[in-house]
Amino acid sequence: MAISRDDVLHVAKLARLALTEDEVARLGEQLGAILEAVGKVSELELDDVPPTSHPLDLVNVWGEDEPRPSLPADDALANAPERDGDFFRVPPAAAVETP
Amino acid sequence: MTTNGWEPVVGLEIHVHLKTRTKMFCRCELAYGAPENSRTCPVCLAHPGTLPVPNRAAIEATIKLGLALGCRIAPRALFHRKHYFYPDLPKGYQISQYDVPLCSDGRFAVPAPGGDREIEIVRAHLEEDAAKTVHVGGESGRIGGAAHSNVDFNRGGTPLVEIVTRPDLHSPEDARAFLQLLRQTIVELGISDAEMEKGTLRADANISVRRAGERALRTRTELKNMNSFSFIARGIEAEVARQVAVWESGGEVTQQTFDYDAATGKLRPHRTKEEAEDYRYLPEPDLVPVEPPAELVERLRAEVPELPSSRVRLLMDAHGRSYESALFIGRLPFADLFREMIKAGWHADDAEHALMNTFSAIDVRPELENLAELYRVYAVRHELPRPVVIEATSASSRAGFSAEPYLAQRAVADLSELDPVIDRILAANEPQVAQYRAGKEGLLGFFVGQVMRETQGKASPQVVNERLREKLKS
Repeated sequence: MAISRDDVLHVAKLARLALTEDEVARLGEQLGAILEAVGKVSELELDDVPPTSHPLDLVNVWGEDEPRPSLPADDALANAPERDGDFFRVPPAAAVETP
Repeated sequence: MTTNGWEPVVGLEIHVHLKTRTKMFCRCELAYGAPENSRTCPVCLAHPGTLPVPNRAAIEATIKLGLALGCRIAPRALFHRKHYFYPDLPKGYQISQYDVPLCSDGRFAVPAPGGDREIEIVRAHLEEDAAKTVHVGGESGRIGGAAHSNVDFNRGGTPLVEIVTRPDLHSPEDARAFLQLLRQTIVELGISDAEMEKGTLRADANISVRRAGERALRTRTELKNMNSFSFIARGIEAEVARQVAVWESGGEVTQQTFDYDAATGKLRPHRTKEEAEDYRYLPEPDLVPVEPPAELVERLRAEVPELPSSRVRLLMDAHGRSYESALFIGRLPFADLFREMIKAGWHADDAEHALMNTFSAIDVRPELENLAELYRVYAVRHELPRPVVIEATSASSRAGFSAEPYLAQRAVADLSELDPVIDRILAANEPQVAQYRAGKEGLLGFFVGQVMRETQGKASPQVVNERLREKLKS
């Protein structure tokens, strides 16, 4: 299954990736190969098979609503590129592109 | 409601913070107003290698809400990832639900004078809230012109239920009435405080208009960030008017998102850059499906209390109350109190008046028996001054409260107590007394004020008025 150049650019944009022309061509080929491999599945008769949402045969894994200690603010902020008091400081939100 | 032959078509999306102790996918404690970034952990900060663990209490609360809304509870529900980049979402995706939500296909009846309005509930699903972003620099915290933004991840990961209605609402008032009753239902279920001013209940509206009789839906717009019931009603009204004007001038409504600015009553485009949403939903591989066991659903069904809609309906139908008052009185435990007052011989109007005036002034959890006793006394002593009744209402929530002795101590209605106070005040203000007697009768209010201050509001204004007039005559 081929993937169009526009699809590659669209996906790259959603993932915030700036691609060179070479990369667009190369990734287009690779993504096409992946889609083709996955597309094999559609050759099977699967009308009666429920979709698999998870490889494990488990349901209802949950935890009780009991608080556990949180991180001290300094630890939480240890990897922050910038902080403002105990806030994570980030570029103005309007400058962040939204999908 | 139709205006100039146009019918508003409104659907609502309501987000409710669940009142659990911990977050949706980690066990950080939820604490409104805690110091910023003091309730985080590697899971809710999205550190690599961490795994989410759903909060059982949040799943139960969602099912309970679904049952109260008459929803079908999914035998097998999934969590999905919803992808978008924003600083308040550290993982780059929100864990939400997509094609198989926990609750779907419900209906919610809102009592109305001409019979119930049925609002269909499309779905109620469980997700996590984003963190809180504060915009710094720029005018009053708005995004536009901000120098930078600060993020507090305490709220990030709070369990959030999203309720989506069909576009079954046809006026701003209907939308408001629906939201008010829904809020009351959520509060009585005990699953959320649902306070708009705290942001624990938020509502967005999808709005379109069509010609009366038209069946198809026209292009809709979305209205976000309205933080009170009145603003929602006013926001919808403003947007309906705008759309009608666009269509009538031969234009076309385009799909758009607006913020409603309560200060100016104006609509403002929500984002400068509008593109089709592309969230790339996929089943969350870190979570297994939820299959609510039948016993669990039945236990939760049994825990759903009598819902406010039936009390509201009764108050409207049997006692002639308006929707607004019925909503107010219909709250537990006022509904019981109202019933007792009616039984004690109160006229419904008086009972409503007493309840609404006193209770809107205080914020206590009423002790029903104490209150009933207080109101039985109040029933025969209508002259009791309002500040005293409010104080007594507030005091009645304390253990050991007894209405008679309390009122005897607080209320100065007796003339033998009041007269000396009045005499003293008249003596101390001779110039004003002279002016009053010379015809400046407006000064009466001045004297009343003095007496009320002297008695610390315990005197009955009516009695004080009468007594003052009498004394000033001589």
